[in-house]
Amino acid sequence: MSKEVVIPFGPQHPVLPEPIHLDLVIEDEKVKQAIPSIGYVHRGLETLVEKREYPEYVYLAERICGICSFIHGATYCQGVEAVMNVEVPERALFLRTIWSEYSRLHSHLLWLGLAADGFGFENLFMDAWRLRESILDELEATTGGRVIQGSCKVGGVRRDIDSETLDEMVSRLEGLRGELSDLADVFLNDSSVKGRMKNVGILPAKEAYDYGAVGPTLRGSGVSSDARMIGYAAYGKIHFTPVTEDGCDCYSRCAVRAKEMFASIDIIKEAVQKIPDGPIEVKVTGKPEGEYFSRAEQPRGEVIHYVKGNGTRHLARHRVRTPTLTNIPPLVKMLEGCELADVPVIVLSIDPCIGCAER
Amino acid sequence: MAYLKKSPWLIHYDASSCNGCDIEVLACLTPLYDVERFGIINTGNPKHADVFVITGSINDLNREVVKNIYEQMPNPKVVVAVGICACSGGVFAECYNVSGGVDQVIPVDVYVPGCAARPESIIDGIVKALGILEEKRAKMTEMEAVHA
Repeated sequence: MSKEVVIPFGPQHPVLPEPIHLDLVIEDEKVKQAIPSIGYVHRGLETLVEKREYPEYVYLAERICGICSFIHGATYCQGVEAVMNVEVPERALFLRTIWSEYSRLHSHLLWLGLAADGFGFENLFMDAWRLRESILDELEATTGGRVIQGSCKVGGVRRDIDSETLDEMVSRLEGLRGELSDLADVFLNDSSVKGRMKNVGILPAKEAYDYGAVGPTLRGSGVSSDARMIGYAAYGKIHFTPVTEDGCDCYSRCAVRAKEMFASIDIIKEAVQKIPDGPIEVKVTGKPEGEYFSRAEQPRGEVIHYVKGNGTRHLARHRVRTPTLTNIPPLVKMLEGCELADVPVIVLSIDPCIGCAER
Repeated sequence: MAYLKKSPWLIHYDASSCNGCDIEVLACLTPLYDVERFGIINTGNPKHADVFVITGSINDLNREVVKNIYEQMPNPKVVVAVGICACSGGVFAECYNVSGGVDQVIPVDVYVPGCAARPESIIDGIVKALGILEEKRAKMTEMEAVHA
């Protein structure tokens, strides 16, 4: 019988762009238990609501995470607007939807690249990130920022996109579709990629649900759950079905993300067709009083922003439940009994975004 | 390690950044900006690295990690603080778990401000750092010659 050894994984590790620490209890080459410890990038952002007024705080909400930035800002605004009963113009909601989907595209491409890097496919990593730059170009051209956009505000959005530009954006996306499907084809059909990810990191549907998995981690286990289905922003006016896969393994989670890119393109296309004319913002005056749970679907899963106003310009409380944090218990479950060499791929398969999780 | 002249390798660590600068650091390595054509490689091993690219500010938990990575790097070495958080704490300076810029813990050679820092400015910062690395290397070689 071999004896148990504890191997530390992180906080600084080649496959991790961000620090998370796992103590892996190993017997032979098998992981018996994984004990996560977090807190390396905790800043204490939520307490800043006491120091910043609620319209300014949008900038901070965006800086919860540099990858999901736009959606964090939009979800926060959505919460404050609900507390204050602000009627946001249709056009602003459609623009938020379009930018959210661009964020999702860039995030999924980023993840596909990191996953490829994680299993040692350097060329594929570069290719995914090359395509991601064209999405960032669109974000930069329409909002002014590559990763932190700052185009959302309480009561609407800061910038409009004229219809000519919107049409051009769609035609460029259509042009990108071919390249994206070549990329997705490698992830979905290449035998070495399959060999690396199939039947690795199994998370059965019931366990995924019980442990509180969200987003592609949950949909990769065959559970059709997507916060976009509740119809926030303009999603209620757009036809859309969540992408699910039944494999319950790393490959399925990868496939969900690869296929969601095309779903995002379809959503953007439909949103551009349906976007109404009109103002992009309303003037918001007054002080928020009351509370609201604002939900949205991030690239990594469902995010909840809880906002509570106490009748002053400063919110009483802002609390975020991020998808990565809820995906850590399922991750610990997946790691039990896996091979040590599979740990990086499994950790990456939940698309960890520690910046979000710890704030 | 003063005899090594070309191909500076860098190690990247996220102290407590929001990810924005981290993905921009990675974007520098990928085809659009492609610093790998200058022989710059992102390594995960501090013992192989010449340039320490650090994003985000210092807190109590990562203080030791940052120090540890810095101490493991062989001389000569340079530190580039990427993003306003790594320079001073940025928008998070008032947060309870942020004690400030990276220079509280390790000496910083180049500061790259920005939120998030753009790849162009990161590359600019690293090129400046390479100049400083060259100076440090020359000084080391001189010292070695004196002692020989």
